[in-house]
Amino acid sequence: MPGELFRLMKQSIIDGDPEAARELSLRALGEGISPLDAINNGFVPGLHVVGQQFEQGEMFLPDLVLAGEAMKAATSTLEPEIHKVGATRETLGKVILGTVKGDIHEIGKTLVGTMLSASGFEVFDLGVDVPFDTFALKAKEVNANIVGVSALLTTTMTGQKNVVDALERHGLRPHVKFIVGGAPVTQSWANEIGADGYGKDALAAVALAKRLVGV
Amino acid sequence: MQASLQLLEPSLIDRILAEAFELIHQRGVTVQAPEAVELLASAGARVENGLAHIPESLARKAIETVPRDFSLHTRAGEPVVRYGAGRVHFDPGSSCVHVLDPDTLEHRMSQSADLVRLVQIAEQLPQYAAQSTAVVCNEVPKEIGDLYRLFLVLWYSDKPVVTGAFSPRTVPAMIDLLASDSGGHAALRQKPRAVFDVCPSPPLHWSEFAAQNMVDLARAWVPAEIVSMPLAGAAAPVTLAGAVVQHAAECISGITIHQLAQPGAPLVWGGAPAIFDMRSGITPMGAIETTMLNVSCAQVAKSLGLPTHGYLLGSDSKLVDAQSGQESGLAAIMGALGGINMISGAGMLDSLACHSAEKLVLDAETIAMAQRALQGVQARTETLALDMFAKAGAQGDFLKIPETRKLFRLEQHIPSKVIDRGSLHSWEQGGKKDTFARARERVQELISSYKRPKISSSVEQSLHAMMGELATRAGMHHLPGV
Repeated sequence: MPGELFRLMKQSIIDGDPEAARELSLRALGEGISPLDAINNGFVPGLHVVGQQFEQGEMFLPDLVLAGEAMKAATSTLEPEIHKVGATRETLGKVILGTVKGDIHEIGKTLVGTMLSASGFEVFDLGVDVPFDTFALKAKEVNANIVGVSALLTTTMTGQKNVVDALERHGLRPHVKFIVGGAPVTQSWANEIGADGYGKDALAAVALAKRLVGV
Repeated sequence: MQASLQLLEPSLIDRILAEAFELIHQRGVTVQAPEAVELLASAGARVENGLAHIPESLARKAIETVPRDFSLHTRAGEPVVRYGAGRVHFDPGSSCVHVLDPDTLEHRMSQSADLVRLVQIAEQLPQYAAQSTAVVCNEVPKEIGDLYRLFLVLWYSDKPVVTGAFSPRTVPAMIDLLASDSGGHAALRQKPRAVFDVCPSPPLHWSEFAAQNMVDLARAWVPAEIVSMPLAGAAAPVTLAGAVVQHAAECISGITIHQLAQPGAPLVWGGAPAIFDMRSGITPMGAIETTMLNVSCAQVAKSLGLPTHGYLLGSDSKLVDAQSGQESGLAAIMGALGGINMISGAGMLDSLACHSAEKLVLDAETIAMAQRALQGVQARTETLALDMFAKAGAQGDFLKIPETRKLFRLEQHIPSKVIDRGSLHSWEQGGKKDTFARARERVQELISSYKRPKISSSVEQSLHAMMGELATRAGMHHLPGV
């Protein structure tokens, strides 16, 4: 009975348990439950709980990150089945993320990715030390809505400007939104390089991304 | 007895080192500079898929050749900073991107004038044994940002400098500036004035720049300070002991690269280890665990007899307030008692992002108190109390006796007016000022009393000419702050 299964799915996200999430996804497929139904009514409510508790200060980053991992385990198990029947999962939009060339700092960018996925965006994380053009090429390839570039160093932050230039060169602006983040980044820097926004932390990045896609 | 604080049992230090040696050998360390990789490989490290596997015997041999102590010198050649040998020094934090505006309380982008102000203040406070290149000068082209900061510090200070480069391109020019100030490269090598911070990336990653910087500094015989920064729970194990293992592994692998490039070149086991705030994702410099990590990492180095550095006194508060006082106070006392040779971070707010001149003068008071605690309780007189009782007479009037006048300055740290110990009445009469208001006044006093050190005109001309040429090449046609 899906009710009980959905409850367990929700709990697997709250517990941050990727193994359980994968098993429950397989069980749902075995029982003939629609994979879209499993994601939207089983797992996503768990994400809502985690997001809410995080904002209230009752859950912390490790809870959030592991909830994200559990969600990833569920969607990677269920999505091939969704594609098989020709359906697509509705997301809030596609976001390309990466840390700019010359910079290998990962944590902030990965957190933003986790938070965006958890909030319903489809995230393409290009990793660290990403060449400027790669952002534009990937954005073109997947028809992205937003490109987000992280930089932790004052010396690599200038690379964010090169990325927005690359987006221009590839004719992606202004319909692909461009956002920046990282410790030395400020709103005035974002304005200076013509970014569409800056988030001071992962939560702010989610709010910004939602605003930019009109949610 | 000098007071001291130890957080690690000897058996725990043994386990930390054993795991650190195992990590750099079994798991390996990412080393991206070809020259450093070559040094490691030809000395017997196995290099596969960008990971250098460093055998313990090779690392131990490198540790043996690190000098146990060395000094940094003033412009006049006085060895005022002694790394190793149980000494504790403090310097202001480095590389902030903001300063706290004392009028508006805004965190605004830092510029050359802000660096000059901070240097002028630190120059007059004996609590700061060294200067630092405290803030980024945002109006200066980024490609010369690091060397311009060093130039300004040399221009306005006689003290030693804790500094660092932002890219491999500027390192030779920075060393040339220092050499020009010291009277040539040989003189600089003999009496180094600056130490360069070099940061591996957690976990266990020496970027091309960091690894090459270690090699270049060693060959130039310019002291290097490893600033390893495990972030416990994010880019390092969440346990303090686990993060200390990672810190040791990063330092030991750095030492191996450095000493292979030039055995005997001066080097510091340092860092900015911190926990990771699980709510905000920042690195809380004011957390007690961050302080515990710094003290523990230094304790591991001491067990090997190596010079030490730590990053303390930075506060996470955005203002000079009760939180910043509490955080910096705890860190100063623990860092001092932990016997860390150089403690960087005074003046900092907002983790490591913002500098405040007002906090710098307040931290100086905290540091003086920590240094006092470090001296411990001493028997300064033949009898501890009996003779003084005999002299004080039946009334016990100790204010009158010569010992009091002779010894009170040794026994007591006399704070500046930043610390209010007056009566309620005098506080009311003085305008009911809080700490921040008193610190602002002290900053004004120090700025007015500052006198630029005398620099010989030939040195001054050569510094100015070198910097002028580098600036012009970067498209900056004047020297801001000069």
